[in-house]
Parts: sequence; C-alpha cells; structure tokens
Amino acid sequence: MSAADVSTTHATAILATLLQVLAVLAGAPLVVGGMRQIRARLEGRAGGGIGQPWRDLRKQLRKQQITPLGTTAVFALAPAVVAGSTLLIAAILPLIALGSPLDPAADLFGVVGLLFLGTVALTLAGLDTGTAFGGMGSSREITIAALVEPTILLAVFALSVPGQSANLAAIVSATANNPGQLVSPGSLLAFVALAIVIIAETGRLPVDNPSTHLELTMIHEAMVLEYAGPKLALVEWASAMRLTVLLGLMANLFLPWGIAGPDPSLLAVLIGFVAIAVKIAVLAGVLAAGEVFTAKLRLFRIPELLAGSFLLALLAVTASYFFATPTN
Amino acid sequence: MVSGGLTAALGAVGVALGLTVVFGGPRQLRIGWLLPLVGVRFDLDPVGGLFMAATGAVSIAVGIYTVGYAQREHLSRFPLIVLPLFVTAMLGVPAAGSVTTFLLAWELMAAASLVLVLSEHRREEVRSAGVFYAVMTQLGFAAILLALVVLSAAGGADSFDTIAANSGGISPGTRNAVFLLTLMGFGSKAGLLPLHAWLPRAHPEAPSPVSALMSAAMVNMGIYGIIRIDLQILGHAGASPHWWGLTLMIFGAVSAVFGVLQASVATDLKRLLAYSTTENMGLVTLALGAATLLSSYGAQDVAALAMTAALLIILSHAAFKTLAFLAAGSVLAATGLRDLDKLGGLARRMPGTTVMFGIAALGASGLPLGAGFVGEWLLLQSLIHSPHEGTTLLMLMMPLSVGAVALTTGLGIATMVKAFGVGFLARPRSAAAQAAREAPASMMAGMSLAAAACMVFAVAPVLLGPLLGRVLAALPTVGGGEAGPVLGTYLRLPGVAGSMSPGLIAGALVVAVLLAVGLTRWGARHRPAATVAPLWACGADSLSSRMQYTATSFAEPLQRVFDNVLQPETDVEVTHFAESQYLVEKVTYRTLQADPVEQRLYTPVIRAVTTWAQYVRRAHPGSVHLYLAYGALGLLIVLVIAR
Repeated sequence: MSAADVSTTHATAILATLLQVLAVLAGAPLVVGGMRQIRARLEGRAGGGIGQPWRDLRKQLRKQQITPLGTTAVFALAPAVVAGSTLLIAAILPLIALGSPLDPAADLFGVVGLLFLGTVALTLAGLDTGTAFGGMGSSREITIAALVEPTILLAVFALSVPGQSANLAAIVSATANNPGQLVSPGSLLAFVALAIVIIAETGRLPVDNPSTHLELTMIHEAMVLEYAGPKLALVEWASAMRLTVLLGLMANLFLPWGIAGPDPSLLAVLIGFVAIAVKIAVLAGVLAAGEVFTAKLRLFRIPELLAGSFLLALLAVTASYFFATPTN
Repeated sequence: MVSGGLTAALGAVGVALGLTVVFGGPRQLRIGWLLPLVGVRFDLDPVGGLFMAATGAVSIAVGIYTVGYAQREHLSRFPLIVLPLFVTAMLGVPAAGSVTTFLLAWELMAAASLVLVLSEHRREEVRSAGVFYAVMTQLGFAAILLALVVLSAAGGADSFDTIAANSGGISPGTRNAVFLLTLMGFGSKAGLLPLHAWLPRAHPEAPSPVSALMSAAMVNMGIYGIIRIDLQILGHAGASPHWWGLTLMIFGAVSAVFGVLQASVATDLKRLLAYSTTENMGLVTLALGAATLLSSYGAQDVAALAMTAALLIILSHAAFKTLAFLAAGSVLAATGLRDLDKLGGLARRMPGTTVMFGIAALGASGLPLGAGFVGEWLLLQSLIHSPHEGTTLLMLMMPLSVGAVALTTGLGIATMVKAFGVGFLARPRSAAAQAAREAPASMMAGMSLAAAACMVFAVAPVLLGPLLGRVLAALPTVGGGEAGPVLGTYLRLPGVAGSMSPGLIAGALVVAVLLAVGLTRWGARHRPAATVAPLWACGADSLSSRMQYTATSFAEPLQRVFDNVLQPETDVEVTHFAESQYLVEKVTYRTLQADPVEQRLYTPVIRAVTTWAQYVRRAHPGSVHLYLAYGALGLLIVLVIAR
C-alpha cells in the first residue's frame, strides 16, 4: 500500500467495510447456532435451531445488570473491550472487499495485537473477581495465549513472504493473483499451523470445550463465570464474533476467490458478501463436524499441540524461503 | 526536597543539552585540569545526545517522585546526596569524547549506583546484592578497560574521533578482541545473559527511585557502549564481519526469552520488573544484531529499520520501566510489600497508582495502545523483510528470531497480566495490602510525567520521527545513509511494503468500544434496576481471600510447560492420618524458583574462587617479618627480570 492508496479510498469500499461489520454483528450468533445444530444432529439430538444464540442474547440483554461484590471497572469494561476490539478487527480484515479504509492502519501484526488485547481484557476481568475459578480460567487462558503468539506471528511471517508485506490486502491479493502458491509447502504448513492456533484462540475442542458445565475443566467459561445479564450477552456475542472473524480471515487468506477488489461495484460487493458467507459456513461446518469426533485434551497436553503447530509454522517460513516462487 | 529537585534539574539540563545536540549539531568541551596528562574531553554527537536526553527525561520523573518518596520512606541523607551525583555520572557517559573521560564517567556511575543500592544496608539481602553487584560491575569495568586500552593503542589516540578515523588500520584480530571484550563489559551492564545475575538482585533491593534510574537509564549505557564502540568506531571503516551481528542476535534472543521466562514466574514485583529489563535489553540487542548482520549483507534499508526499532525500544522501555518501578515504589511505600502473593485489591485503595501501573504494564506487554508496541512492530517488520536470496544464514536466523521475539511478547503479556491482575485487582491477600494508602501528590506527579511519555510512544510516535531520523543519520554503517522509516500518522517503511497507524488504531478502538457499549443498551428498558450481588462460592457461605489465585498459582502452568528451562525446586509433603492412608491430614507445598543460569554457571566459579582464596590466606598469617620477606623477595625478582 502506498500513500496514494490511502487518500483514494472508494465509497463502495467504505460501504463494503460497514457491511462487513454489520454482517459479523448479525451473523456471528448464527454461525455459533449453526455449529451447535450440526453437532446436535450428528450426536442424534434435535438441537435448539440456528437462531437459538440470538434468542439467548435477546433474553440476556433484558435481564438485570448485576455487579459482583468487590469488582472494579476492569471487570465492568472488559466485555466492551473484547467486543470493541473484535468489531475493529472485522472492519480491518478483507472479508468482503480488499480496500478497507483501515487496511493501511493495521497489518496482520496489528490485528493479532488487537486480538490479544481482547484476551488480556477478559483474563484481567477473571482475576478481578477474586474467585478461584476466575483466576484458574485466566491462568489457563493466558498460558495458552502466550504459547499461541509465536505460532501466529510465524504463520503471519510465512504468509507475508509471497506478497512481501504483512498488510492483509497485499497478502490476499498476492494469493488471488498467483493461486499456484497455495499448494506450495509453505502455504500448506502455514494453513495447518494457523488452523490449530485459531482453534486454541477461540476455545474450541480439543483445546477447550465451549459447552462444558464442569468448572474444573473450563478455560474460557471459568474466566467469565461471574458475568450475568447484558454483560454476559456481550461476552458471548464477542466470542461468537471472534470465531466468525477468524474463520473469515482463514478463508480469505487461503481461498481468496470471490472477494471484491479495492474499488468494487455494488454487484461485486454482493458477490463478496455471498462468497465469504458461504466460506465461513463451510469452515464452521467442518469445525463442528470435527468436534463431534474429538475429545478434549488434558490441559498439560495442549502445549505439546501448540509446540507442534509452532514447528509447522517455522517450517512454513523456511519452506516459503527455499521454495520461493517469484511473484509477478 | 533538595536532592529530588536537583536530580530533576540535572535531568532537565540533560534533556535540553541532548536535544540541542541532536537538532543543532555536535558540541565539544575540554577541561584540561580535571585529569592529569590527557584532560577531560566531552564530545556530544546525536547518538550520545539521544541517550543523554533519555537519561535526563528519566531523571526528571524520578527527581520529582523522590521529593515525596524521601519524606514518606524516610530515606537517609547519604543516598539523597549521591542520587544527583549518579545522574551526573550517567549524563557524562554518553557525553564522553575520549577513552579516559569515558572510563572516568563509567566508573563514577558504577560506584554511585553501588552506594545507592546499599542504601538500606542493614538488611542482609541488600548487602548480599551489593557484593554481587560490586564484583560483577568491576569485572565488567575491567573488560571495558582492557578493550578500550587495546583500542586506544591500536587507534593511536585517546579521543574517539581520532580512533574512529584511524580504525581502518586496526587489524582484524584486535577488532575481534575489542568486540568480544566490550560485548562482555557492556553486556553485563545491560543485563544480557549470562552476565545478568546482578540485575535481578541489585535492582529490586535499591530504593525504588534508584531502581527506576538503574533499570530505565543505566542499562541503556551498556547498549550505548555497544553502539558507540562496536558499531560506530569499529564500524567506521566499513561493514563488520557477519558473525558480529550473529553473536549480538543470539545473545539478544537468548536474553530476551530467558528474561521474560524468569519474569513470568517471578512473584517479587520488583524482581519481575528487573527480569523484564533483561528481556527488553535482549530485544534491543537482537535488533542491533539484526541491523549489523543486515548491513554486513548490504541490505541497508532493512538495517535502518532494525536500528530504528532498537532506538525506539530503548526509549519506550525507559518510559514504561520508569513508570513501572515508580508505581512499584508507591506500592512498597504504602504496604511494605513486594511479594505479589501478598498483594491484591490495590485498585480500590490506590486508584491513581493502579492506573499508572496499568499504563506501564500495557506498555511492557507490547500490545497495541501500549508504549512498547511500535518498537516491536518495527523489529518484526525488519526481520520479515530481510532479503534472503542465497543467504542461508539469513534464511535461518530471521524465522528463528521472529519466533524468539514472538515467544517473548507472548510470555511478556502473561507476565504483565500477572503483575497487574494479581497485584492490583481482586481482593487484598494480606492485612498490609488491606491498609494501603494512595501515594502523595509529588509521587503522583513524577509518575504522571512518565505516563505521558508512555502515551506519546503508544499513540503518537509521529513526534519522535525527526529525533530518530537525525540519530540514524549519525550511524552510517547500520543503515544511516538510507531514509529510515517514516513515523508519521501512518508509519511507513521505505523499500518495503507495510504500514501501521497506532494513533488511528487507538481512535478506531475507542469508537468500536463505545459501539459495543451501545449494543448493551439494547433491551435496557425491559430491565429491572441494576444491583450488586455476592460472588459465586459454589453454595458455600463466603469466599476468603486465601481462596484466590496467587501469582505463584497463576504462573504454575507456565512453570510446568517450561520446566526444563526454569528447573523449579518443588517439594510436596503429604501427611496422612494415623488411622487411614486414604485420609490426608495436611499437604505442605513448597516451591523455590531460583535462576538456573546463576546456579549452573556462577556457583562453581564462586566455589573455586573461595577455595583458592583459602589457599592464599595461608600466605598472610599476620607476621610482619614474613611480609617484609615477601617484599624483599618480590623486589629481587623484579630486579632480576628487569635487568
């Protein structure tokens, strides 16, 4: 991205960015609902329907605000910070179109930083309650986050080699212009590494079980145990949005087809919207189906999984160096 | 009052002088009578000016803070007298223009800081830390002395300028020897592995304003030494060998990862911050190494990026580490505690200090909106954009370095969450923490200054653009000839694609958070009035504060994961009831986290020295006759040899 690109952000691109944020807001609960429904059907249950998370949110938002005794502003603000940082990520990522006005303001490193900012806000909230469960969840979450970070950044590195930039629009358009590099060893290894860390970061099986009811095995849920009513709604909404946004990122990093260009027509925006919705739905379906056959790992086996993904990411970078294909 | 004011005033002079030099041009000062034969010679160039300004800025905040701190903590007169002297010595080091002046200022700085570390010498730990520090700083000084004497002899002059001009004629062997010796000497001052052991001992035991000065300003002098002697003077003749950059990168990466690992399991708040200093100096050294290595391969534009990253990390570290140590000092003054396992609940009792420490912790964790973010981002950009065609060394070093930096950042986040979350949030874990009072106004004022500096690094690095650009231009061999990264509203990197705007991210994040708050307003009219409720206690009556997670338990998973590196000593004793093996009467859990490098490397050396000292002791039993005989014998030997 050069200086000229910043000043000439197109009106339709801004429209696409707004649409992205709104679609993530409205669609995230549906993604979670869809995943739960797939799991339910595969496990032989009827399930609550795709719209159940939305009905839950509506119920929670109408409940009483309850502040747990002794908590501070950190506890009160954390849900808004998680949700806010996720919304910002939704505005930065090239989900529907490439030319987000925020693209030059934050590259993939910045996006990862924002993601961790949300994680940190919730872990602090868990500690702020001063209960054993809150501390336990925070301690586990931050351990996993600390081990996820090296893999994510190395995967970013591997992806930035072909486009020679860590800015998302550059990475995505480099892949779109040169689809051959998708089957390169570097790209495949980076895909696997990134998939593992996204599973870990969004608290899915086998790292964390989002539907657990046993406090001692919880990670994310233990941390947010004290939230209730509207704040709980925001926390759940935010975690659904995180999942959606990361699946969308994954989809467009490795399968960028259908995405609208930096100066899209309205039709292109529409195509981009449908394409990303389909891609996220497929990825979420695969993830949900995979979870049916997966058991949760013991907490102290998770570092081994993450170390494995770190190794894959390291190999991805070296592979993309050694097998570098000149782009354009 | 006088001491704090004087320290702040000296700091202001340092900032003014440093900035004048960076923007105005070199200044020189000769004082012939101060040292016999050579005289004292001060030459300030932009590089020295930058370090001088940074030291000065730290001193201003610390000076103002000391006014209140000295009253509240009843600091004795002696450390208060030495404090301005220490600042003067530190301002003198980057100003020194000749070998003798540099050594004079360096030794003055070391001696003054030793005296300050020993302020509370009545405590046993302080004395032990003092001895450790004294030995290591003098060994470091010996290495520097030797290196500079060799350099001065080879360069044929005392002044740095002349040596630099003659540096082309210095043989490669001498250059390498000087490089290794200075790396040892300056590396020990910067707290690099394996010469870091004094740092987590001495920094926590000093009074907090002194800790801040040592950790935010004095360690920088080690980095300054490496830049001045190795990159500027020896590099004057042309590119350094590849292995110099490689060595710096390896030492930097190992120090960064080891420092942050130790910090992540530390429970002493000030010890944690001291290890975080080792971590950050490691990152700076890694960046310096990357700049050297890249420029030895001719990639000047990327080297300029790495060099800017190094300078920016030094400056932002100075800002957030000052703030962190000053806030830790407020906590110490209010509760008498440094142990995170006994702290907690300070957010309600000391809201101002809590906000200050929060800003510092955010900076140290390298997240967006924190002071450390831009520096680490630049470092990562320089690593991923290094050219790699045909150079296997770069192909292997750069991914490994990115992994090391990323692991450091990840563990740094965990460390700072622990320090802030366990120390300041939740409920107090001891009576002393329960009774904490907020710090007085002058301490808050000192911290506010440092916090303001942190905010500048976090959202408006644009203000630092011209400063860093001029300093970079004075370092021609590590990318100075190139246009450095543009630190505007958008940070732009010449030669490589990539941009970032910390200010814009901050603004957008505020908007997004407000939007999220707005989302929760939805359905508000159906809600009953808000209420307060007790915490979930699994149906039990009440929770005691002993049931909370402590710093030790918070870091336990990390300690387990990195068991091999950290080697904690853990004892679990289970006592059973006499009646049944299945009923447990009590469980005793004891864990000790020592520094494995220190145990493995230092203990054998110290033991050997002690053994030898025992032998030597037999030679001086106190008999004057014997001593006279030694003297006579020694004289005879000298005469025979000198004949």
